[in-house]
Amino acid sequence: MLRRTLSRVSWVDVFLRIFQLVAAVVILIGLYKTFTTARYSSEQWATLAFAGLAQGSIYALIALGYTLVYGILLMINFAHGEIYMTGAFSTVFLAMYFNRIGFLQSSPVLAIIVLILFSAAVSTSIAVLLERIAYRPLRNAPRLIPLITAIGASFALQYTFRGLFGSQFRAYPDIAVLKGTWNILGFDVPLVQPVVFLAAVLLMVALYWFVERTKTGKAMRAVSEDKAVARLMGIDIDRIIVSTFALGGALAGAAGVFNGLFRPQGVFFLMGFFPGIKAFTAAVLGGIGNIPGAMMGGLLLGLIEALGPNLILEGLGIPAANQLKDAIAFLVLVLILIFRPQGIFGERLAEKKA
Amino acid sequence: MKINWKTTLRYGLIGGVSALYFSMIGMVELFAGRNLIGTTVNMGHLLLYGGMLAAGLLAARAHHQGKLAQHAVIGLVAGLSAAIPTALLVILHEFIPMQDVFVSVNNALIRFLTFERGLPGLLQFFLASGLLGLLGGLFDGIPTDYRRAVGTGLAGVAIVAVFSDLVTQVLTNLFGRASVNIFFVSKALKPVIALVLLLAIAAFVFMRDRRKANAPAAVAAAPLDKRAALRKQVILFVIIGALLAIAPWILGSFLSQVLFEVGRFVLLGLGLNIVVGYAGLLDLGYVAFFAFGAYTMGLLTTTTNLNLGGGVFNFWLALPIAVLVSVLFGVLLGFPVLSLRGDYLAIVTLGFGEIIRILALSDWLKPIMGGAQGVLFIPTPEIFGIVFDSPESMYYLVLAAALVAAFVSIRLRDSRLGRQWMAMREDEDVAEAMGINTVQTKLLAFAIGAGFSGLGGAIFAARLGNIFPHSFNLLISINALSLIIVGGLGSIPGVIVGAIALVGLPELLREFQEYRLLIYGILLIVMMLNRPEGFLPAEVFKRELHAGEITEPAEVE
Repeated sequence: MLRRTLSRVSWVDVFLRIFQLVAAVVILIGLYKTFTTARYSSEQWATLAFAGLAQGSIYALIALGYTLVYGILLMINFAHGEIYMTGAFSTVFLAMYFNRIGFLQSSPVLAIIVLILFSAAVSTSIAVLLERIAYRPLRNAPRLIPLITAIGASFALQYTFRGLFGSQFRAYPDIAVLKGTWNILGFDVPLVQPVVFLAAVLLMVALYWFVERTKTGKAMRAVSEDKAVARLMGIDIDRIIVSTFALGGALAGAAGVFNGLFRPQGVFFLMGFFPGIKAFTAAVLGGIGNIPGAMMGGLLLGLIEALGPNLILEGLGIPAANQLKDAIAFLVLVLILIFRPQGIFGERLAEKKA
Repeated sequence: MKINWKTTLRYGLIGGVSALYFSMIGMVELFAGRNLIGTTVNMGHLLLYGGMLAAGLLAARAHHQGKLAQHAVIGLVAGLSAAIPTALLVILHEFIPMQDVFVSVNNALIRFLTFERGLPGLLQFFLASGLLGLLGGLFDGIPTDYRRAVGTGLAGVAIVAVFSDLVTQVLTNLFGRASVNIFFVSKALKPVIALVLLLAIAAFVFMRDRRKANAPAAVAAAPLDKRAALRKQVILFVIIGALLAIAPWILGSFLSQVLFEVGRFVLLGLGLNIVVGYAGLLDLGYVAFFAFGAYTMGLLTTTTNLNLGGGVFNFWLALPIAVLVSVLFGVLLGFPVLSLRGDYLAIVTLGFGEIIRILALSDWLKPIMGGAQGVLFIPTPEIFGIVFDSPESMYYLVLAAALVAAFVSIRLRDSRLGRQWMAMREDEDVAEAMGINTVQTKLLAFAIGAGFSGLGGAIFAARLGNIFPHSFNLLISINALSLIIVGGLGSIPGVIVGAIALVGLPELLREFQEYRLLIYGILLIVMMLNRPEGFLPAEVFKRELHAGEITEPAEVE
């Protein structure tokens, strides 16, 4: 009996064990070598970490959209990265206009709030439209089918926006107030980073409050528990699904503005792809379907991505490690799915997974 | 019959919003640059007013029946209302220039929309839209046999005009350059020729339908005897075989190049079809294996100092090794994802594909893989003194490879392994309970799919002579996936049809390259919504996807 079991499954397990072991050893060697050679000062580490946290809070906001939709429909909204792009790309023109009329510099807080609202509105409309056209008619189809429509939608959105706004990068205007630095724990940090971080955290808290305390939030949780019973309780399932997409879209739109403020290279029509995949990674990292998990997962991924190349790869003697930054997120995704597929904080809906 | 104005207006507005959409993303203006018939009808007209025609037709169709005059009124109203959104755009543009934001809303577009006459031209625009809508409505009202004849004729003319490159090339190769000038003015059909073509096709279809209708029903229904059916099949095969064999002579060098591209994607599609279509494992990182094949071929045979083969390898020796390397990586990358299903699998494989590309691009692996500069100077294949250096000869190579791959695919599908794949696709747990070793079955799917892809990659590398990391981006995987879905998952003829439709035809319309992916995206959505089984579906999928329609529609879970 034992021998038969061993001969049937174990070689895959053995292979995976070895793979896990090798991965762990490589990471440890990298860490060890980096710390023993003391390549960077604590100042530099702190700079990287703060940038990573700000970037991570953007990932977290996008990741919430994945997690919310997954929690209710058990479906990965592959086009969510594009929803983030639509908000950010449309809003850059409003930001440029505000800059031209001086509004952006004279009352930056108000201007940024308007920008966020505008971006969230665009992203929300696109998300709702997407749900209506591409997902709702396919709710009972085999799982592969909505995934393929999502891929199609993602290309359609990218190239629609390229057609609308052109293919070049557009940079958000600089805001004088955000140019300064802030002294945190003795380190000089560009002001924009903590601002983005705090604003994102504020939004996440608001979302948490919404889902836990409001009637719609309660209905959302009910639908994600059991659609049939929720319907019997008088909940309009379609409305709840639409509001879930809308909520995810709004957060992604806000993330788009934060990204614009925080990264000088600007926005363009393909900007949604990598953040989309990374935010998905973040959602999986925190346990998909789990709202606080997505927040923590996003922050963690931002940190890993900011510190990883210098911390591990350079320790291993890999030149130009920053070129591999994008690969790190994918590597994290692969590793997390092998080591701990339910994510760090546990998948809330593990038992429902098909 | 009463006319339902609300429905009519709804169709009109749907048409109008799509017209506005295509105008604002710049498609109308770009398409307007390409004449179809003389200099009067161009592709912009086809896109813009085709929508008005469709609006009129669909609005009339929604009313099921009615007098011809009613059809005309419905069509007219739908067409007129379809013009409203775009007309508003033109008026708005007059007061607020918006090219800074909406780059495609420029003067060229406005000139096209208003027939170069400024705001008064809008009247003409409304007139044209209303007329087209009216024609659409009428078209729905005329008897079926006339409708079929006219519809086929119009479609035929449109196809010939849009793909005039193909037609002119064939004419040039068969009858010389002069023959083209009889039918075409630069790329557009001459108006007279277009009319003749329309009438000819319409008459042909009309006659054929008449004859079919008049033929005694008994003859049509008689079961063909088996011999005759077989003979028919053999003749069909011989014809297709002969066409494939002489294709480069008829088509010339440019179109052979297009055929090579189609063949390359047939190879990729056949491989991905095994993974996705048979085994049901959605792999979005399929390009990785294509890259492994190409890089193995490149690194073994290149004449630069990246060469790893020590000068021993030529194309034919490197080919099996390239396939083997891809198979090996298929198994290696298959291991970690064995336990993943559905969406997770899709995203992780996508991640693998990107990791491979990023690694090939990095400075870290530059000494081995050439970094961003890629691998240059890969020699062309050569056998018995024949050098495969022209598009025509490479076409034969890729054709041979595709035939082998198709044969292997068919045999695999009907084998024990093929049935195991399909069982696993339907339900993994049940398959395992039935005694199928799912680990082995999955890995074999990944490995064999990877092998096909590697073969394609190796030939690709030898054809181009140099390879760069950016040739191996996600789009290749998406292309391959789209073509097997459009053709029909799990169906081998579907792969070929899909490759021709999604790779061959766009190559013929290179001037519209920038909208290719947009059209793909829309096509994928429309396909999934209306015909998820694809154009040439495999039997199993057709039954599965339409199962719900026979019984009761399933409840929301």
